Amino acid sequence: MRTTRLMVISMSAALVLSSCGGGGEDPGTGDADAAISVFNTEPENPLVPGNTTEFGGGQVLDAMFTGLIAYDPQTTEVKNAVADSITDVDSKVYTFKLKPGWKFHDGTDVKAKNFVDAWNWTAYGPNATQGAPFFSDIQGYDEVNPADPDGKSGPQSAPQPTTDKMSGLKVIDDHTFEVTLKNSSPVFKVKLGYTVYAPLPDSFFADKAAFEAKPIGNGPFKFVSRQVGTDVRLTRFDEYAGLDKPKFKDLTFKVYQSREAAYPDLVGNQLDFIEELPPSALAGQQHKTDLGDRVVERDSLINQTLAFPLYEEKYQNPDLRKAISMAINREEITTRIYEGSRQPADGLVHPLLKGYQKGQCGELCTYNPEKAREHLAKSGFTGTLKIISNADGGHSEWATAAANSIKNTLGIECVFEPATSLGEFRQKINAREMTDMYRAGWVADYPSIENFLNPIYRTGASSNDGEYSNPEVDAKLAAADTAPSEEESIKLYLEAEKMILNDLPFVPLWTQNTIGGKSDRLASAKLSAFRQLDLTSVEVA
Amino acid sequence: MGRYVLRRLLQMVPVFLGTTFGIYLLVWALPGDPFAGKCGERDCPDEFVAAMNEKYNLDDSIFVQYGKYLWNLLRGDFGETFSQVPVSELIANSYPVTLRLALVALAIEALIGVTAGVVTGLRRRGFLDSLVLVSTLFLISIPVFVTGYVLQLVLGLEWGIINPTVSSKAGFGELIVPGFVLASLSMAYVARLTRASIAETRRADYVRTAVAKGLPQSRVVGVHMLRNAALPVITFLGTDLGAFMGGAIVTEGIFNIPGIGGLIFKSIQAKEGATVTGLVVLLVLVYLVMNLLVDLLYGVLDPRIRYD
Repeated sequence: MRTTRLMVISMSAALVLSSCGGGGEDPGTGDADAAISVFNTEPENPLVPGNTTEFGGGQVLDAMFTGLIAYDPQTTEVKNAVADSITDVDSKVYTFKLKPGWKFHDGTDVKAKNFVDAWNWTAYGPNATQGAPFFSDIQGYDEVNPADPDGKSGPQSAPQPTTDKMSGLKVIDDHTFEVTLKNSSPVFKVKLGYTVYAPLPDSFFADKAAFEAKPIGNGPFKFVSRQVGTDVRLTRFDEYAGLDKPKFKDLTFKVYQSREAAYPDLVGNQLDFIEELPPSALAGQQHKTDLGDRVVERDSLINQTLAFPLYEEKYQNPDLRKAISMAINREEITTRIYEGSRQPADGLVHPLLKGYQKGQCGELCTYNPEKAREHLAKSGFTGTLKIISNADGGHSEWATAAANSIKNTLGIECVFEPATSLGEFRQKINAREMTDMYRAGWVADYPSIENFLNPIYRTGASSNDGEYSNPEVDAKLAAADTAPSEEESIKLYLEAEKMILNDLPFVPLWTQNTIGGKSDRLASAKLSAFRQLDLTSVEVA
Repeated sequence: MGRYVLRRLLQMVPVFLGTTFGIYLLVWALPGDPFAGKCGERDCPDEFVAAMNEKYNLDDSIFVQYGKYLWNLLRGDFGETFSQVPVSELIANSYPVTLRLALVALAIEALIGVTAGVVTGLRRRGFLDSLVLVSTLFLISIPVFVTGYVLQLVLGLEWGIINPTVSSKAGFGELIVPGFVLASLSMAYVARLTRASIAETRRADYVRTAVAKGLPQSRVVGVHMLRNAALPVITFLGTDLGAFMGGAIVTEGIFNIPGIGGLIFKSIQAKEGATVTGLVVLLVLVYLVMNLLVDLLYGVLDPRIRYD
């Protein structure tokens, strides 16, 4: 009781003080004490970085935590954040030196052990976090997270790990720690800006329930309150040591039941930002009439593909796959349905990424009716094709268009078959029960070519749902993973991309722009390449 | 009377058990893995799925699962959602909101519906009668989401009289327009029901007697007629409160009201069995209590009806 009251008093005192003295810090950028509200979906898990991989929770945690490195929201370039220097030996043993002066919101220093403890906790199997697989590069991961002997569908469960510390993590001193990987990987340091790699304060390990009730981070915003199903309130952390200090004070993530429900609020200036408008608002360019210059648009690290279930005999013939790819008129679909907000893809790697090379897919991803029919004839396929996708989330329009494009070009029956929900759709994919080609897509976890290849195309990789397997590709990807320098690694990844495209286990379709909107009150608000509000860009008029 | 109430309350026990088991079975026995699609385009880690299965007893048979659930429920524990939020907290957040919305809607429905019904029932075939008949027909024929979106667009965005959506506090004032939308359909029914009922009682012997005694018009209509004519209307209003609480999905969605309807819808989609069962249990209780209240009101309104 006593402590609560004290907290309330000190908080309101801080509020009064800052509102008295506010406004004068940075006269050029408008109201520095303003409060803004941002659209959010209900976080699916308690707000713990290692256990959050979805949008609603991720957006809140990104504002509350800062990792070793950070990505430039606009260029996706990697910059040191908490890390002062990152050195490595053969891309296998990394040494991280932390900048002094970083503090958690409870006033304790951010030390090397906060990272090591957080990573160990997230990777430890019995904690059952969603982020655990991100630590599988580190030496000792298999000991803390032993594999289930008969897979998750089998009756046996994974054995209890013998240790809860990864042998590859070593604290050298308060501000230095060392990470040893299983194999060398130049891309490892690029991953570290993802939320699951954030540090956790000592209080988390002392009392997890208390932490979940009031999470403590080290980022530009600190937690104020959360009402489940309604909102999460944050406020600026004035002792934040990073350079990207926000230019406003209070940040409310407002939970809406749907994007459709949030849209009238945005139009009526009751909500300050929504990162992606609902499909109903985009239909017929309605958003341009409603919002005018308040529309915010940019390309983001997302691509859309058609995947083949390679375990189905029908799709094992590469000629059929090539025929399908060349029969889809990407230009027409992107301009007709998306009015140019999507760009036809010419490879598997996203154009925003460092090392991206144009035209990797070449003629295989170009609409060419004659060649398509030639390949179809060569494959000897007769019968009907289907495109399966969940119909929610605006997927039915393009899937129908692509099916028609295939049908008209190849002269064989091709239809769109909707699944009832994303859950049902994913379940069929996970169970390898897809009988026809299906929608696939990828949203980058971290800005690296590797993230668009390894998890999807390697034999047995976590998201290789089509069971694609090519030993040569695996070897090339492994060589790229362990290349001594980033340049060489990128070169090898591009070669692997070319080899994968030659097999065409997925048809690249297009990359995606995100179209959001802001209220009148915001003088400036940009989207980041990760489909979120770039908080550093926000200026309140 | 006391014995009647007690008997009715005891009857609630099997109804309660039957509905909760039915709902529990329907939700959890649905084909499909509740954890598919939960981690986006990526599969959830095995450890996560195993831990969740254990937590929700999904490895047990459905009967054992229900037994465990009921045991917890009887101790006041509604369980947790997949995101580890206590269901009781969700209920505590959303139930008052929906109850407020339902009460606002019920008040609007009763006030406007009964008034329009009485006025038109007394003066049939006049201008007012035709106007009410046409406008109720109009209301009945328009789906709720059209009324909702039109009012939101016109009052909220064009004229700026109301906020387009309801704030998280959802006070009574903000709920008037959504309440009107929710009530619009039933309001039309109440008006027609009252009109027919009033028209019928107007010819009853006791009304003629009351008029012959020289009682003032207001007393004849307010006490003698309305009291009897209200019986079918009360029945309708009583069950309607339950319908408002469970069926406000569309209205709550349009005005972003953080209430029960949207919560049930989302929980069914996410196969959140604990939440769905908990919410429906409470809805069943609302229905049962409302039915009991309506039955008891019968005795008050018409003393000829007795329960012994």
